[in-house]
Amino acid sequence: MIPRPFGSEQVPAFEESPSDALVVRHLYVHLPFCAHRCGYCDFVTVVGRRGQHAAYVDALLAELELERGLLAPELETVFLGGGTPTFTEPRELERLLAVLPDAAEVTVEANPETVTSALAALLRRHGVSRVSLGAQTFRPELLGVLDRVAGPDDVRRSFYHLRDAGFDNISLDLIYGIPGQRPSDLAADIEEALALRPEHLSCYELEAKPGTRFTHAHGEELRRQAEALEGYFESVVERLVAAGYRWYETANFCRAALADADGRDLRSRHNLAYWRGRDYLGLGIGAVSTIGGERWRTTPRLGPYLAALREDRLPPRELEPLPESVQREERVMLGLRLDEPLPVATVAGALDEKALARLERLGLAQLVPLGPQHARGALTLTPRGRLLGDAVTADLLA
Amino acid sequence: MDLGRIRNFSIIAHIDHGKSTLADRILELTKTVSGREMRAQVLDTMELERERGITIKAQAVRVNWKDNELNLIDTPGHVDFTYEVSRSLQACEGAVLVVDAAQGVEAQTVANAYLAIENNLEIVPVVNKIDLPQADPDGAAAELAELVGGKQEDVLRISAKTGEGVAEVLDAIVERIHSPSGEPAAASRALVFDSSYDQYRGVVAFVRMVDGAFAAGEPLQAMAQGTRFEAEEVGFFSPTMKAAETLGAGEVGYVITGLKDVSRLRVGDTLTSERKPAAEPLPGYKDVKPMVFAGLFPTDSDDYPDLRDALERLKLNDAALFYEPETSQALGFGFRCGFLGLLHMEIVRERLEREFDLDLLVTAPNVAYRVLERNGEWLEVHNPAEMPRELDAVEEPYVRASIIVPKDYVGPVMELNNDRRGRFDHMEYLSPERVLLAYELPLAEIVLDYYDQLKSRTRGYASFDYDVAGFREGALARVDILIGDEPVDALSMIVHRDAAYARGKALVERLRKEIPRQYFDVAVQAAIGSRVIARETVKAKRKDVLAKCYGGDISRKRKLLEKQKAGKRRMKQVGAVEVPQEAFLAVLNLNDGKK
Repeated sequence: MIPRPFGSEQVPAFEESPSDALVVRHLYVHLPFCAHRCGYCDFVTVVGRRGQHAAYVDALLAELELERGLLAPELETVFLGGGTPTFTEPRELERLLAVLPDAAEVTVEANPETVTSALAALLRRHGVSRVSLGAQTFRPELLGVLDRVAGPDDVRRSFYHLRDAGFDNISLDLIYGIPGQRPSDLAADIEEALALRPEHLSCYELEAKPGTRFTHAHGEELRRQAEALEGYFESVVERLVAAGYRWYETANFCRAALADADGRDLRSRHNLAYWRGRDYLGLGIGAVSTIGGERWRTTPRLGPYLAALREDRLPPRELEPLPESVQREERVMLGLRLDEPLPVATVAGALDEKALARLERLGLAQLVPLGPQHARGALTLTPRGRLLGDAVTADLLA
Repeated sequence: MDLGRIRNFSIIAHIDHGKSTLADRILELTKTVSGREMRAQVLDTMELERERGITIKAQAVRVNWKDNELNLIDTPGHVDFTYEVSRSLQACEGAVLVVDAAQGVEAQTVANAYLAIENNLEIVPVVNKIDLPQADPDGAAAELAELVGGKQEDVLRISAKTGEGVAEVLDAIVERIHSPSGEPAAASRALVFDSSYDQYRGVVAFVRMVDGAFAAGEPLQAMAQGTRFEAEEVGFFSPTMKAAETLGAGEVGYVITGLKDVSRLRVGDTLTSERKPAAEPLPGYKDVKPMVFAGLFPTDSDDYPDLRDALERLKLNDAALFYEPETSQALGFGFRCGFLGLLHMEIVRERLEREFDLDLLVTAPNVAYRVLERNGEWLEVHNPAEMPRELDAVEEPYVRASIIVPKDYVGPVMELNNDRRGRFDHMEYLSPERVLLAYELPLAEIVLDYYDQLKSRTRGYASFDYDVAGFREGALARVDILIGDEPVDALSMIVHRDAAYARGKALVERLRKEIPRQYFDVAVQAAIGSRVIARETVKAKRKDVLAKCYGGDISRKRKLLEKQKAGKRRMKQVGAVEVPQEAFLAVLNLNDGKK
């Protein structure tokens, strides 16, 4: 069982959305290029085609111009994800960063082997405030299983390059449940990560996603060890909470306000926007946008994307309408991943009251008071409820 | 019609040995139906009968052959309908016994032949399918002659498919089978050998007039049940209904009763005229009782009223079908249904699913038990969950089973029968190669998967038949299953004490695999009374959440969640535990692992 507290004890209530909901304050930019494709990855990535980096950045900038009307004058967050954004030709990356709108939080994803002191300085110079570093594991043999190029020393070295360049908000990605990973390997990984004192940690269980090379090679083994892996998640949470991190989202941890010298809120503001159901615009191939009750996904194919934007046309998109009921369902699904309570009034009608009572009895969910203006209070999951979040959410939805 | 020119006969055969094809050829050859009207197997009217090649309801057709009136009484071809077969045979003076030249005599052939001999019928033995390349007409004829105690040269050899030898069969019927005896002037008596239900005309009784005659409009009475009605119409089939003024002694035909419920006129009863009632009914009436029971539940509880209507309608045409409402805390509202046997159950279930488009969950079948309660009273129990926990004695039905196998498979069959608490009775060599094994077995031991086991242990060569021999006391125990301390009525079973531990253990192991892990540990236990005989634990799950969910993952994740939600909706709630419907059928497949 996981001990309390779970990081911050004073969890602030869910913030209300800004009133002008149709003006988007969160921008995602997809940079698909990678040196090679890791076996477990199912993101939209492009390997090779170095010659097309410039054309791709041109296209991104064209798409940004076409969509600029959707964006608020001042953005809260910008997030450059991939792919490997830091694998993009430095000159092109620089051109992109120079034109992208400024924001309170600008995050770039990076792979350790791509981070040099020059790159760190480039990012810093162009207003990047946060870097998310894909460490995954510090065990050389497990990095090999994941097809990762970097070695454990690359991870550490890149981390210090970023610190030296002045980054005071660095996140590390860790993956657990790698075929062959023993509990002691996981414990050692966490200690290595903690030794770097990152502001933020994302810990993911390796998902064998259908269709990946990895699932083909290791799927059977992953299924076999599924039950043994159940305890891994618990031990990750336990250890990080004990080290002063706040488990603010199912897979995300940040140094708690009290533990951070400046009392900063170190949660990923960009990702919080997703979990709070805010609108966001995504640029680039395979990028998803959700704006005003509609969701669309841009074509994942590079050719048609570039061709359309060369002619200043919007690229092909797959559209998904989101009726009110679906939006409420998603708010429950996403909101319950967070440690901040979800005001019941905002998801009225989406909850199964009988299931809620049952889950309360089982100690998996609880209603907490929210003050006089929120008669129904807010819903939150207990630590155990969060470990069982998908099943609990499936029960809770009416 | 002059009694001397009437012949009443049946065709009896094992499934697929060609009974219906022979009947079709007879209809053609006697010009009862024109070639244009002819469609294969005219007599099997129900879709299901045609598809499975089984005749469920007997019918009677009048044909003319060389100035004789021949009444062909079609009989059901399966063990479950033995009583109907015996009534049909009682309406005849003779039977054409058909055996496939490639298959030889089968268990059902033997059972039907004995039935015919018991009814004093003249038997016309016929070897069919002589046109098949693998046919062994001599071997089949030898077996057949041995069986009926006749001469091999009296066995006719035909191909119903090509028509070869069919005229000779008709001649033999006229020559060998004697004409009906009966008293045209006596008080009227007619045997009801079958009935069917017509939506517009009510119950139609198929009768064999023994004495006297019936006329249209005559008030009649069913002697055993006391049901009274007026004969709205009398007539015969040729092959469709043809009204007649009267139905005379020795003839076979129908009476339209106008009754709205088949259960008011049972097969085997005797009809007589109210104007001049007979003193004694014809012998042999027996109230057939269902021996095999199962719960039928709609998969979707909203379909309950539809299931009730469907059963009502089936019952109109199937007096042997029994049903009563049943409530299971696990499966909701449904019906406990009684059947003559397994095939009958299978047919009812298929008709419900096919003709009425219902999605059903059928519980493991069980037999009827007779229980001597502590207060000295006997109780009949149709559902293991109703078996009193305190009792003085339990009796279960036994059957006389005949199994015919090639001699090499005698060992495996004996082994199976020993496992199933069988008592060996005797063994006969039908030919140097083929052996008939006679056993007494508890019906409970054959309702689950006996037939499948028999087939798999004999590579499909065994043929099997049984009839109910009566109730015997047994050392039986009621085993209850508890999921999370809640007893699950639908999983209770009654088993022999010696097998209780093994069966209980196998069932809880099976259930542990079928029940998905929950938020808490779930104990699955088998118990006799308060004594737990087996226990397994479904461990609580510790983690059920997908690791990452960002802007591009939301739709996929929501769809997964909706799928998970839909999966939960299909679960049945047992106390606080969610149990998939398939788990309730675990008991059906308990022996899977042994195969």
